[in-house]
Amino acid sequence: MKKLLFALAATGAMLVAGAASAQDKTKACWIYIGPTGDFGWSYQHDQGRKQVEAELGDKVETVFLESVPESADAERALENLSRSGCKIIFTTSFGYMDPTNKVAGRFPDVKFEHATGYKRDHPNVSTYNSKFHEGRYVQGVIAAKMSKAGVAGYIASFPIPEVVMGINAFVLGAQSVNPDFKVKVVWANTWFDPGKEADAAKALIDQGVDIITQHTDSTAAIQVAAERGIKAFGQASDMIAFAKDTQLTSIIDNWGPYYVKRVKAVVDGNWEQSDVWGGMAEGHVVMAPYTNMPDDVKALAEATEAKIKGGFEPFTGPIKKQDGSDWLKDGEVAEDGVLLGLNFYVAGVDDKLPQ
Amino acid sequence: MRIELVRRPQTSALFSILSPFLALVLTLIAGAILFAILGKNPLTALYYYFIDPLREVWSLHELAVKAAPLILIAVGLSVCYLSNNWNIGAEGQFIIGAITGSILPVMFPTFQNFLVLPLMMLMGIAGGAAYGAIPAWLKVRFNTNEILTSLMLVYVAQLFLDWLIRGPWRNPKGFNFPETVTFHDWAVLPAISYESGRAHWGFIFALVAAVVVWFMLSRTLKGFEVKVLGQSPRAGRFAGFSRGRMVFFAFLVSGGLAGLAGIAEVSGAIGQLRPSFTTGYGFTAIIVAFLGRLNPLGIVASGLILALTYLGGEAAQISLGVSDKVVRAFQGMILFFVLACDTLIHYRVRLVRPAPKEPAPAAAAEASHGNA
Repeated sequence: MKKLLFALAATGAMLVAGAASAQDKTKACWIYIGPTGDFGWSYQHDQGRKQVEAELGDKVETVFLESVPESADAERALENLSRSGCKIIFTTSFGYMDPTNKVAGRFPDVKFEHATGYKRDHPNVSTYNSKFHEGRYVQGVIAAKMSKAGVAGYIASFPIPEVVMGINAFVLGAQSVNPDFKVKVVWANTWFDPGKEADAAKALIDQGVDIITQHTDSTAAIQVAAERGIKAFGQASDMIAFAKDTQLTSIIDNWGPYYVKRVKAVVDGNWEQSDVWGGMAEGHVVMAPYTNMPDDVKALAEATEAKIKGGFEPFTGPIKKQDGSDWLKDGEVAEDGVLLGLNFYVAGVDDKLPQ
Repeated sequence: MRIELVRRPQTSALFSILSPFLALVLTLIAGAILFAILGKNPLTALYYYFIDPLREVWSLHELAVKAAPLILIAVGLSVCYLSNNWNIGAEGQFIIGAITGSILPVMFPTFQNFLVLPLMMLMGIAGGAAYGAIPAWLKVRFNTNEILTSLMLVYVAQLFLDWLIRGPWRNPKGFNFPETVTFHDWAVLPAISYESGRAHWGFIFALVAAVVVWFMLSRTLKGFEVKVLGQSPRAGRFAGFSRGRMVFFAFLVSGGLAGLAGIAEVSGAIGQLRPSFTTGYGFTAIIVAFLGRLNPLGIVASGLILALTYLGGEAAQISLGVSDKVVRAFQGMILFFVLACDTLIHYRVRLVRPAPKEPAPAAAAEASHGNA
């Protein structure tokens, strides 16, 4: 027993010494909602973290906590990271919003960056997000070209503005090719549950859709599509390895450039509070290679991508709401504030939005 | 050759007490091997797991925050399990308690005075108890299996919570994100000591509940009734105890405590109702109850130990970069070793060589094992 205590004490002393030598490195930290191996949302954030390590090298030290639930645990995880010497902490899920702001108030010297939220209660809290709906619009264009049935299936996670915006952008993209195009939606009520996502994909295919897209994080849906011989889109990361004859393209969440920029700002001492909503033009949203489609569809997809990079906003009028009433007049562009709180469908969505 | 468990004629009193500690030591050894395989120094890893979170005051507060709901729920479950009522649905009672307790701050936000907090706690208890009464009533009235009904009611509660927060209770100023308004100051369960950390009164509730239930079980006639009906319903009937009333008693106590845990968690640790405010406390509490040997005071210890594995897991992730899966593996190992040690106290292992012509003597032993 004495030996054990001695060993523990010695280990403790080593740790203190180790901490001292790491002082000159800037510690950058992340918390993820899912496992880094989900090949979706959290995986992509972790790719961004790795890019920070690769580009900033020995100026930084990175740490992450995975599968942190959006419960009372989040606040503890953040406090733990803040106390462990993190200089900047990226909190990568909406549900971390209030814990992030609470802990930021207690640690004014630590910078906090919250993804997908809107609260910046303290000067050391920034928010950032990506215009994924730009990628959805391109997917819609491809879907309308590739689908014979004229109906696509959409596996959605939760009816929050982000997801509703994606469904609407997909429909608008499809209708730019085929004005009668329809989308069927299944709400999986999860971000990551391969079993449920696969069931949703099967149900949609049984209802006659011949293209599947998803706003959930696993590779299950695209694998079901591959089994059933229809085409599908990947989500968050390039999922071509899981379905090489099935994936048309995928929206890749490319957080790396933003992370490198923000961590570098902390290293250089010129970090400032900001609210960034970057899209394709800024490199936040990247399309995986266009595969499994004829050349003319590929050309159209590339042209659409170029148009968006050139400043085209998918939510440009004329757009009607699902109930037939007018939303945007011809040429009118939706305001960011409206998009970020979006809670209605545009015409062409075959679903009732859960309220 | 096959392996058989044979009931020991008498069990060692010494090892009955030692068994949880033995299990803990075995977990430490297995954990050390696990870390060695992962290429980490086992001693450093175990240091981060079990010592590091105890070194600072704020961290002790976090330990109390994490342990409070586990202890409250597990104490209630001990009454259920001792009386042979298998309430697996504490998670649902926890959620419903959080919902009913949140009615005042969410639906009547202008009602602000010192009455709010006590009313919230009472409404949380009432909600959890009422939700626990459903499987109790079904068991008494229709003789349904309470394991199934209570478990399925968890899913009902989860979906009800989800619907409520995405629908009628959604914060109108929250950009359609799924969360309620932030509770006003009168509706927040205060911290025990604001200066040093965020442990709230829920932990005090847990300690009080543990002592009260311990007293009830070990020093009162009611406690005797619980145990008699649990171990031998027939003997209980001869003593004039009502099985039906005991079913209700057990489910109301455990539902009420789970409900209190729910509203204390929402009001004390979070400050608003969110779909993801629980991480399966009601299920983890089952482990806590058995790890504490269904003794309320033992449950206080086991609740703290299990909470420590969460905190330690986080510390190990930060400092060593091990996966959070290791935390879960750890918890699984603790339960595995506890159950294995308990089993080996009551049974011994016998290797049986195949004896083709003789009838198998195993049936009787197996039947009694199923009852243990």
